Amino acid sequence: MHVIDRWSRVLLVFLCSQILAISAHALTGEQAQAIAIGDADSRIAALQAAVQTPDEATLIFLQALADGTVKIVAGQAVVLRDGKPVSPSDGRALPIAADALQAAEDAMVNNRMRGEIDNALSALQLLSPDTAVRRAAVKALQGQVSEAQLPLIDSAIAKESDSAIRDSLNLLRAAASLGSEDPAKRLAAAELLGASAQAATQTLLQERLAAEPDANVRQALRKSLLAVQQRLAWGDRLGAVFSGISLGSILLLVALGLAITYGLMGVINMAHGELMMIGAYATFVVQALFRQYLPGAFDWYLLASVPVAFMVSALVGALLERSVIRHLYGRPLETLLATWGISLVLMQAVRSIFGAQNVGVENPSWMSGGVQLMGNLALPYNRIIIIAFALTVLLAVALLVGKTRLGLFVRAVTQNRPIAACMGVHTARVDTYAFALGSGIAGLAGCALSQIGNVGPDLGQSYIVDAFMVVVLGGVGQLAGTVLAALGLGVINKFLEGLTGAVLAKIAVLLFIIVFIQKRPQGIFALQGRSVEA
Amino acid sequence: MSTLTLPPSPALLSRSGWTAWLACLVLLCGLAPLLNLWVPAASAWHLSDFAVALVGKILCYALCALAMDLIWGYTGILSLGHGLFFALGGYVMGMYLMRQIGLDGNYKSPLPDFMVFLDWKTLPWHWTLSDNLWATLILVPLVPALVALVFGFFAFRSRIKGVYFSIITQALTFAAMLLFFRNETGFGGNNGFTDFKRFAGIPIATPSMRMTLFVITALVLLCSFLLARWVVRSKFGRVLQAIRDAESRLMFSGYSPLGYKLAIWTLSAVLCGIAGALYVMQVGIINPSEMSPANSIEIAVWTAVGGRATLIGPIVGAFLVNGAKSWLTVAYPEFWLYFLGALFIGVTLYLPQGVVGLLQTRKRGAV
Repeated sequence: MHVIDRWSRVLLVFLCSQILAISAHALTGEQAQAIAIGDADSRIAALQAAVQTPDEATLIFLQALADGTVKIVAGQAVVLRDGKPVSPSDGRALPIAADALQAAEDAMVNNRMRGEIDNALSALQLLSPDTAVRRAAVKALQGQVSEAQLPLIDSAIAKESDSAIRDSLNLLRAAASLGSEDPAKRLAAAELLGASAQAATQTLLQERLAAEPDANVRQALRKSLLAVQQRLAWGDRLGAVFSGISLGSILLLVALGLAITYGLMGVINMAHGELMMIGAYATFVVQALFRQYLPGAFDWYLLASVPVAFMVSALVGALLERSVIRHLYGRPLETLLATWGISLVLMQAVRSIFGAQNVGVENPSWMSGGVQLMGNLALPYNRIIIIAFALTVLLAVALLVGKTRLGLFVRAVTQNRPIAACMGVHTARVDTYAFALGSGIAGLAGCALSQIGNVGPDLGQSYIVDAFMVVVLGGVGQLAGTVLAALGLGVINKFLEGLTGAVLAKIAVLLFIIVFIQKRPQGIFALQGRSVEA
Repeated sequence: MSTLTLPPSPALLSRSGWTAWLACLVLLCGLAPLLNLWVPAASAWHLSDFAVALVGKILCYALCALAMDLIWGYTGILSLGHGLFFALGGYVMGMYLMRQIGLDGNYKSPLPDFMVFLDWKTLPWHWTLSDNLWATLILVPLVPALVALVFGFFAFRSRIKGVYFSIITQALTFAAMLLFFRNETGFGGNNGFTDFKRFAGIPIATPSMRMTLFVITALVLLCSFLLARWVVRSKFGRVLQAIRDAESRLMFSGYSPLGYKLAIWTLSAVLCGIAGALYVMQVGIINPSEMSPANSIEIAVWTAVGGRATLIGPIVGAFLVNGAKSWLTVAYPEFWLYFLGALFIGVTLYLPQGVVGLLQTRKRGAV
């Protein structure tokens, strides 16, 4: 409702010009009086009557009621415009003393009244020239239309140019006429509503079915209800798949860097999560710089922060590799402990610099909003962008490892270090590059995570177990396995969440992984080989 | 790392070893109670209650580190899930202590407070034995043992080893932590158990009861040390070290490592569970954060700092790290994590044998 309120305020002037064209007669002083004062039932009746024949004054008056700027002075409803008392019907200034105004009561707006006013305002907004406002108004009205609003909806349908909104309006009209006295109208409405994909329609049909006396209409209602339910079920299922893929893409981003450092190099990097955290904080810093120096281009800070996050994390990773990790190659358990120590130090360092609280990273405006695919299936842009981002990073990594000289060296060093060294590969340098690459990808993951979750010193901790699960499940050293494991885990997790709730789903997934590793200790894709230790 | 030559002495401890052991026994079980209970608080010789609580807690940690050493130092299997066994032992004891509160809780109900708060009318099934002291004393080692046995059987049978094993133990304790955080599992949710009143009818917070628990903990630790010493010096212990050093070669020699690994893994879990139970009685609180992966990794660090594959090492390590922790978190709270992190890195890079290992090398070098 807040959104509607804001829009209505901004677009009041545009709306008014439109409504004036269709108004039969203006809001009278008596009508305004009846809406503002009296018992709730009569006020609501007056409100509905006034909305039948709307004009500029009606809209302004209702908005004033919703905003709480209507006063009762000596039994007279008065609208305050910029603190000055004006008449609700024609807007002329009224000669009321300031102290009388001071003492005046507000026109009472209780919750029921507020609901009716919001509803009426939404109905009036159906006539707005702005498509977005009309679409929002249709959405706001779903599930709460009454037959009294039929004439208004009819006039809106007649004027509507956008076919999608006209379809929604027709559904709205059907929902409104579902309570009609005429069984034929109810039947037509019931049949029409079968095309809806709104959860609100489902409730509406169910309520009507419980109260419907006419057998034909009942049958039509039942048929429509089934159709709507099926459509809703599909929406839910697709929604679960989408959020599963979305979660999977996040897991993929988180695990891709680890697939390089752990999968290819065999370094158990427990500080991987903290490298992600560094990427997220780098995004935060870039955001702050843009706000400070380039406020005009603020929306594009995210694009700039992608390479920054990569570089910062890669740099930290390279430093770690040079200073600590290269002394520990071939001692995986020791690496685990040392990198855990590194993660503690990095976390505490971030706490010392940025504070222990979470920092705020905003979504750029082009990432908010989403695509409405079905009535109950909306795909948020930020999720879609992260899926695309994850796929891009995956493609880049696959090309880098598979097609470039560096990738060739990394694979060579992984497969046989001494021979690679004999062939003239500078193995130590390749190690550093590869570790920096994995760390940089962790930074990219952190940049993506900053857009969907909290950015705080503990950001990495919450993902590290998941990341290892994905890599281990996919099979160490297998990029394809990592992808499959990430997406599979994401989708399974989301489906289980629908059945059991988030925590139990997580536990189930962890247990599944534990059991799966018992069966296939090498992961989904096992490396073929004869080594007894493999 | 280890030699295959027979030990020079078949005795459990050398003469000086026994002397040191007895000295510890006298110090912890004789001198400490004396200085705490009989010496007046004004005297410079008085052992404060704070010190008793701190050392008592560290004794429990030392037992955990000893258990970790058996499985990691001697068998080469790094567990990142020992916090789970610790917490399981603690929870079994915690359930008994919760029942001992009786009608003295905030709600004056025979049910534990958190159940009244959740509006439960009866005890869940897994609380059936919780009011029986003997059942509790049996379950404290039994529950961790069963969990370890089942998990270990499947893990070792499919020959999961090295890092894979570490990571799935971490997943196990993480999953258990999530489970215990839930209110409906009946373990008090994220508040866990606390506010205990008495143990076996005796008020638990009195100085003499605290001292008794302290002495029991010290005795358990000292006896566990002897047990561990006996285990690692036996033929069984030699096979464990062979598993650590060359598992494939051991298998080619006709041994099946499964039984050995499973036995030491379960023993280690049992020691951890007992440590947890003693810990809960002294500290007076248990909650699911004990199962967080970080806690389990810390146990590994105590062992690594003190020195793996030396039995005295982990105990020394637990005292060094936790002593430093209790000092640093008070004196320089923001530096504690830097210190712990640096300790992790420094020990793995420069002290692979730990403090005790370093001293031993020095000594051998001098001789």
